[in-house]
Amino acid sequence: MSALFLIANMAGRTVAIPSEQVESVVNLGPLTPVPLASAQVRGLATLRSRVVTVIDGGSILGMPHEAPAARGVITVVDGHPYAMIVEDLDDVVSFDEKPLADGMTLEGGWEKIARGYVERDGEPVLIVNLSSLVPVPEMAAA
Amino acid sequence: MDDLLQEFIAETRETLDALSGEIVAWEAAPQDRERLDAIFRFVHTVKGSCGFLDLPRLARLSHAAEDVLSDVRSGKRTPDQALVNAVLAVVDRIGELVEAIDAGNSLDDSSEDRLIAALEEGSSEIAQPVSPTLRAGGRSVRLHVDLLDRMMSGMSDMVLARNELTRRLRDREIDPGLEAALDRLTNTVADMRDAVTRTRMQKVDALFSALPRLVRDTAAGLGKSVSLAIEGADVELDREMIEAMRDPLLHLVRNAIDHGIEAVDSRRSAGKSEKGRLTVSARQSGNQIVIEIADDGRGIDTDKLIRKLVSTGAYDEKRLRSLSDRAKLDLIFEPGLSTKDEVTEISGRGVGMDVVRDSVAQIGGRIELDNSPGKGLRISVFVPLTLSILSTVVVGAGDQTFAIPRQAIEEIVSARAQNIRVDRLGSAMVATVRNRKFPLVSLSALLGLKSEVAITQAMLVIVNMGINQYTIAVDAVLDNEELVVKPAAPAVMAAGVYGGQTLPDSGLPMLLLDCTGIAAVAGLRFGMGGLLAQEEVAEENSTERSASIPILFFRDLDGVRRGVPMDVVDRIEKVDARQLAYSSGRLRATIEGRMVPVAALGDIQGHERFDLIRLNGDGTSVAYAVEQAFDIASVSEEVIPNQDSGPIAGVILYEGEQVELIDPAWVYQEHHDAPSSDTMAPLCLVQGNEDGWMRNFIRPLLERSGYRVVAELPKGRRPAIILTEEEIDSATPYPDTPVVRLSARQGNSGNRIYRYDRTALMNALSAQMNGDAA
Repeated sequence: MSALFLIANMAGRTVAIPSEQVESVVNLGPLTPVPLASAQVRGLATLRSRVVTVIDGGSILGMPHEAPAARGVITVVDGHPYAMIVEDLDDVVSFDEKPLADGMTLEGGWEKIARGYVERDGEPVLIVNLSSLVPVPEMAAA
Repeated sequence: MDDLLQEFIAETRETLDALSGEIVAWEAAPQDRERLDAIFRFVHTVKGSCGFLDLPRLARLSHAAEDVLSDVRSGKRTPDQALVNAVLAVVDRIGELVEAIDAGNSLDDSSEDRLIAALEEGSSEIAQPVSPTLRAGGRSVRLHVDLLDRMMSGMSDMVLARNELTRRLRDREIDPGLEAALDRLTNTVADMRDAVTRTRMQKVDALFSALPRLVRDTAAGLGKSVSLAIEGADVELDREMIEAMRDPLLHLVRNAIDHGIEAVDSRRSAGKSEKGRLTVSARQSGNQIVIEIADDGRGIDTDKLIRKLVSTGAYDEKRLRSLSDRAKLDLIFEPGLSTKDEVTEISGRGVGMDVVRDSVAQIGGRIELDNSPGKGLRISVFVPLTLSILSTVVVGAGDQTFAIPRQAIEEIVSARAQNIRVDRLGSAMVATVRNRKFPLVSLSALLGLKSEVAITQAMLVIVNMGINQYTIAVDAVLDNEELVVKPAAPAVMAAGVYGGQTLPDSGLPMLLLDCTGIAAVAGLRFGMGGLLAQEEVAEENSTERSASIPILFFRDLDGVRRGVPMDVVDRIEKVDARQLAYSSGRLRATIEGRMVPVAALGDIQGHERFDLIRLNGDGTSVAYAVEQAFDIASVSEEVIPNQDSGPIAGVILYEGEQVELIDPAWVYQEHHDAPSSDTMAPLCLVQGNEDGWMRNFIRPLLERSGYRVVAELPKGRRPAIILTEEEIDSATPYPDTPVVRLSARQGNSGNRIYRYDRTALMNALSAQMNGDAA
């Protein structure tokens, strides 16, 4: 089954984001930090008149990085808009989604967010679920 | 068809709400023709719609009721108790069916035959009206609230875009034409914002209209007799606020009837009238709405309250007894309390006053009690005007800014001021403000922000959480702002110290602090012990406090330190020098596209920024410009009044210095613009059809010229002028009043004016008015 994917660079890796999860891609302005929130929350940014919560995928994936929060992929989870920091945007391409083969083990946060892979010019690219990058407060998870 | 059905449901609901008061009134006076007609019209309309929409059961019910009512109207039958009950039962049933249709449920129809039978004359069937089931949410507003929200957020977009534009244009030379266009945009945006905000408002009547029926049913169920008076039903409140207040209000009213108002015999023996009196009223007070529920019942017996609490085993009697009267009264809000000995069907449902208080607190409100044991109780519920716009104080901590709801703030003082000290107590910090001790939380320390300001130089925000208070130390108090607050993402809320997020005009998101959350995260613990300690201090201070008045101190434009009583201060706004100018001989400030008259002592030249102290008067808006406002303090020293009338009301001693107090009355008298209030404006009575031209063009034209345009005269008022159409017969009940006639034909003669000639119309109006005066 073929679907559209946004190929991007997130936390130093190339990933494929299913296009239906992407509302838009924006340049992020200045951020308002959120003290006491979990490390993934980089801050709040303005997207027209909306306030979006900026999420840094790097720390959840065990690869904290100092990349400036310059560009974000906007996705809406449970009615709240989030901006996922990405370093680079490559392309929007149609691919066939393939399940992860047995024996392919992912470490740390990657396992939580991966849902399969696509093959781009022979190179496998992981499909990520943006919504699984949104930190869930412990209370709600319990 | 579906649309028609929805329309029918919404309309029936609305009429039912409005009707419930009528029904009770009709029951009290069955001969009242007007009420009867209203009820008849209702069932008649339902019947008509049902035939059309193919709703046979509703049609049958409404038809039966219509027949009976029509007999009553024609005098064939006299309305007795049985008939009234039967009609009530049918009306209730119609309500239930409509709700069931809306929800897509089915109701069994077994009881309907009996309901109809009960309408028959001499029927042995007794229809027992069931209390209408209270709808939980889902009340439909014809205009979808989503749409209003979208308008609101579109509005914020526009404001932000306007701000951005202004910022960019400020840096360069712009030609006057462009500037004028920008000003026009600014004004339009401000007007639009007001209008959009108003679309969300609804008369509090929507909340009160269910009360007559509720009171009747509740009182009847308890065998009591209660008369209800409703005041201020036309006060407006945000729709969401009305929904949020529905349950607390119903509960308070039930409580008043169940617990407050005594049974008939004990009222008689107490020398009261047999009928209990219950008054529910609403009024606006500043940016709050006060809803009062007052009864003339037995009031709260605090001794009994304490016995009750002690009997639960969770409280120490001696401690409770040593509380101040007010604190004893507040015990009513302790969880799990019922002051009545037996649990009743009405209010013995395990929902206590604590729940009511919590739900009121959730919408930013608070409850005050005014108890006269044996004579009655008055409960005042204070709620903010709207849920979506919150009045906040913006504070700085480290390099960030945060908003604190003004509702939560009791007072803001500088740690540098006299009578105030900050101490370390082990690991904790304590602020002492005029002999009262408060736990202290440093905002920058709590949030892990780097602060350049030493705690002894900080500003202390004293926040109020019901009976407990504590202070938050912030680096600076920056501004007052009215903000649209939205809930933040769960990941942000999880921090536990935020109440939401907002987008101020700067365009940079800001977080709203949750004072209760901060206390919890900072580990402050308030128990009864804390309450006691504070009460003792409060008692100690009570003599002193009774005479003290809170005063806002500021440095005036001439460099002198002055003050103004806090009571009259609405808010403080920061303005640029360019926002302040003399126009038509008076100093005015332009704030968000509006002009506000400004009073000042001293020269406005040589200052770049001002603090504008906005004073609240009866509908008038006046401001007083100062260099900087710096402190609010309660001053108990005596005010030495000024003998002469003028800007200075008197002198007060503050921190060992003589400080002049500005006289607010002087500011109003000298500086407010002539009132444009409706009661003062000359009335223009418009006769004839109000067509589109009249509504959209002539009416605004007249209103801009200072007339108040009415189609019907308020009682006791005479029109200053009458505007009518040529074809309408000239006889009016006001022979002395000048008349201007609008004609559809071109050409003007005498008082006959071509209706599209606006200059001639205005000339004719003023000529007629002057002729009248001469």
